[in-house]
Amino acid sequence: MALMSFRNVWVEYGDKIVLERVSLDIHEGSFVSIIGPSGAGKSTFLRLALGQEGPTKGEVLLGGEPLRPEPGPDRGVVFQRYSVFPHLTVLQNVLFGSECAQAPFLGKLFGSKRRQAREESAEMLASVGLGDSLNVYPAQLSGGMQQRLAIAQALIKRPRVLLLDEPFGALDPGIRMDMHALVTDVWKAHGLTILMVTHDLKEAFALGTRVMAFDKRRHDPQAPHRFGATAVYDVTLDRKEGANRPSESVPDAALPALGSR
Amino acid sequence: MIRLINLHPTRGSGVLLGVLPLLLILLFYTGASAARHAENTSDKLLPTFSQMVESTGALVTRTDPTTGDIPLVADTSASLTRLGIGLAIATGSALVLGLVIGTLPLIRSTLGPLVGVIAVIPPIAVLPILFITFGLGEASKIALVVIGIMPAMIRDLSAFIAQLPQEQIIKAQTLGANSWQVMMRVALPQALPRLISIVRLQLGAAWVFLIAAEAIAADVGLGYRIFLVRRYMSMDIILPYVAWISLLAIIMDYALVRLSRIAFAWAHEGAR
Repeated sequence: MALMSFRNVWVEYGDKIVLERVSLDIHEGSFVSIIGPSGAGKSTFLRLALGQEGPTKGEVLLGGEPLRPEPGPDRGVVFQRYSVFPHLTVLQNVLFGSECAQAPFLGKLFGSKRRQAREESAEMLASVGLGDSLNVYPAQLSGGMQQRLAIAQALIKRPRVLLLDEPFGALDPGIRMDMHALVTDVWKAHGLTILMVTHDLKEAFALGTRVMAFDKRRHDPQAPHRFGATAVYDVTLDRKEGANRPSESVPDAALPALGSR
Repeated sequence: MIRLINLHPTRGSGVLLGVLPLLLILLFYTGASAARHAENTSDKLLPTFSQMVESTGALVTRTDPTTGDIPLVADTSASLTRLGIGLAIATGSALVLGLVIGTLPLIRSTLGPLVGVIAVIPPIAVLPILFITFGLGEASKIALVVIGIMPAMIRDLSAFIAQLPQEQIIKAQTLGANSWQVMMRVALPQALPRLISIVRLQLGAAWVFLIAAEAIAADVGLGYRIFLVRRYMSMDIILPYVAWISLLAIIMDYALVRLSRIAFAWAHEGAR
């Protein structure tokens, strides 16, 4: 069964249709890259998966259950910016998740619970390469380091789906390569399901086991807002390990067409 | 020739440049005062520094026979108590209300417009109402300070909290935070340094309302004293009192800056 399903989903803002007839399944363990021109509803699609907004029509299911239209701990997220809390140190940022669950009122853990949570968080930070910066504030970290922190922070909750919204868009090319390696590693190590929105075609194909392109199928020159976007290409790349599912058959012709966009 | 906009003072010359206008004003005053006294030895408008020391010194060294207090000390303590209580009430309420208005859309829709309406009422215009309801005692003066500064504080703080990046609020929810935890652990800690700067901004207004209330109905206080001696044109007391009030304001402002830098180092990272 699919981990996440979108069943004939429409998203409309007033009379503007952003997404129309989006029907697709996301399988556990897949790494889905989402590409498309600006304004084609990539981010709206991600917000649907996140629960930041609900569909106007249709259903979004997670593990067979309809998704409540609000974010929850089963879906982790890393945004391009502002993903970490500036008033908490690196370690406190990662501890936040454990503290919310185990200390609902005070937000502070004590004794053995505290020791265990700290160890777990420190380990997670070490695994993303932040083991030496536990007690600094995010403002003292570089952009790449802040994104590493945001990833560690999300992973500590063991989310069923990790959503990445242009996570490397603001980073230098060199740093970006390191981050690709890191994301691929954590995806394999934690058996994650990842949805990633990106502007970078190469990145989409290098990382994903499946690449979806969002765009409008139809265009009305008199009323461009009346047609919404949907997944116009959906390519599964079967050459990667980590994908639990055999690839669905996709015409090879889709690839060059996508590349020339 | 380097452009004027690119000429920066060094550390030392910067301090010197800052002190220069103050020195010039003092110098000008001394000259003007001496000139007036040369013409009329009993001039009251521009008292000399020795006259100020003498008259104001009497308010520090001699006790008031009717109350048994030293006037300057009694005035300062009465004014600071009123100001302190007023600031504490206004700051505390602004924090609580700013937090709920800033984070909870339902409360924002309910209380936001009300705060907006109250904020446009000129506080001095409600002073008669305060005197009628609270009497002429301490409560009405404290109430004026509170009403004078609180609406602006609530508006500023709630707007600041509402403008925290949406990404942070969503991230907190994906980490398992409920509404309470988002308020207490994401919004509150980030609002506190802002609250301190809001208090600093409103400190001037708080003094204005305090002195206005004391001028109209009080029997002790810094504002009371300067309006009392105004009847005798005692510039030799008014000027040192104004300087003393300014010094108190500067000390309070500096203390708030230090507090913010020590307690919320993370908020000042970028400014280093």
